[in-house]
Amino acid sequence: MSALAPEHALAPAPPTPPPVVLDLRSGLGFAARQRSAVQDFAEALRYRRLVWTLGSLDIRLRYRGSALGPFWLTLSTAIMVAALGLIYSRLLHEDLHSYLPYLALSMVLWNFVNTLVAEACLTFTQAEMLVRSLRMPFAVHAARVVVRNVLVLGHNVLVIVLVLAIFRVVPGPGALLAIPAFGLWLVDAFALCLLLGAFCARFRDIPPIVASVMQIAFFVSPIIWRPGLLHHAAWILPFNPFYTLFEILRGPVLGNLPGRLVWASALGYSAVLLAAAWLLFVRVRGRIAFWL
Amino acid sequence: MATVQAEELAIEFPLYHASARSLKKTVLAAASGRLGQDTQHRVVVQALRDISFRLESGDRMALIGQNGAGKTTLLRALAGVYEPTRGRVRIRGTVNALLDPSLGMNPELTGRENVMLRGLYAGLDARGIARLEEDVRSFAGLGDFMELPVRIYSSGMSVRLAFALATAIRPEVLMMDEWFLAGDAAFLERARVRLEDMVRGAEILILSTHMMPIVEAWCTRVIWMEQGRVRADGPTADVLGAYLAADHAAAAAQQANAA
Repeated sequence: MSALAPEHALAPAPPTPPPVVLDLRSGLGFAARQRSAVQDFAEALRYRRLVWTLGSLDIRLRYRGSALGPFWLTLSTAIMVAALGLIYSRLLHEDLHSYLPYLALSMVLWNFVNTLVAEACLTFTQAEMLVRSLRMPFAVHAARVVVRNVLVLGHNVLVIVLVLAIFRVVPGPGALLAIPAFGLWLVDAFALCLLLGAFCARFRDIPPIVASVMQIAFFVSPIIWRPGLLHHAAWILPFNPFYTLFEILRGPVLGNLPGRLVWASALGYSAVLLAAAWLLFVRVRGRIAFWL
Repeated sequence: MATVQAEELAIEFPLYHASARSLKKTVLAAASGRLGQDTQHRVVVQALRDISFRLESGDRMALIGQNGAGKTTLLRALAGVYEPTRGRVRIRGTVNALLDPSLGMNPELTGRENVMLRGLYAGLDARGIARLEEDVRSFAGLGDFMELPVRIYSSGMSVRLAFALATAIRPEVLMMDEWFLAGDAAFLERARVRLEDMVRGAEILILSTHMMPIVEAWCTRVIWMEQGRVRADGPTADVLGAYLAADHAAAAAQQANAA
């Protein structure tokens, strides 16, 4: 090191990154891969400030320089709900007073689900730069997508509050059940980001397929129309994961508590999603970087 | 006490977008000798093959070799970006890998936001980020521009910010890709001193470069890579001599061919 210049005095002690002990090897069995996946999640917890910062910067960057900022979302959702409400209450012969709160809730939640699913497909492909330039838990990228979409949802919830206030719908104590339901949604959303993110990184033609599935789901599920309209065919509804997952969140707020069957279906489908996401993530976590 | 260890490390990139039996593939494989099939009969590019070495505190290693020899892939594998297809990588110590010049530099964000993000990427806590910001602010000398989007910086200003950021975090194991030494980065005496300060502060240096004077000045050990394999590994003077001799021979042969 003789060729280097003499020691240079720096005023503040320069920051050092936290120490790591990295031991990466090939040919691990399933149990060892599960430990690596758990470690990925545990490390992601240490990055929670980064997750929050990335998620909120995504929103801020999208709307930097616009006057209303993210409230453009609120405004466009409000206009859509009003327009759809006026038309569809006629088409479906619904009473506006009870239909509009239902529609506002359904549409805001649907926008959340639809955008989340679309962005879940890009979880890792969009983070390509980051993934390829430093080691970071993959769960960070999934959590970032969830945080970003929950922040957008937070802005749109204003529309629901407004509609409920206009039509004087006061949620009863049963509405508290919406809290665990939303917790389940968050867990599902995270799992979906891991699952679709990894799958779409490997198979690049999946996102358009996912988009068409979501479009079909929108029309065959009670989002715009009410489940009661199915009359004798209503027995089929609990088989639709979109219906039951919506119902556990929508029902408590509007004052009709979902039954056991609905909850069982929502929890069952969630369990399947979580298991699938876990198995895939455990299997491919170490390969994602190679696919980008 | 930092250590870096690679044991029979191999990295293979799967090629998914072509079938194993296509004509083009066969021709390419014959030409480069680096396409192969993995255990599931997928076509793969063997980016790294059978790499083993061990570095301890005080070691300064240079990776040399032609473009495409696998230097950057090896750095990425050591940084834990690519997990081994075969073999093992073990690292102990604080790590900073300068692999990508634009990491943490989002032109739409302000200088300050970029500094904060870079600190978060590096896993710094709030106090670490505050110190990082102070350090970068005083070195880059951007003043109030720190509060403005990097997009509107002059090229000189963004180079200063990127350089200040990259050299602000001092690890025990420092990995550097050559972009970092290329071009204008070594422009100012002040920048050179800061860079050398970081290099000196690291217990282990792994540097991928084409710049032989830097290798001679900084490194005690050189790994010469060729087609994803280690062609030679040893003290700087020995390996560098062999490499330059081979380089001259290749250049001479090329000239003879042309004539």
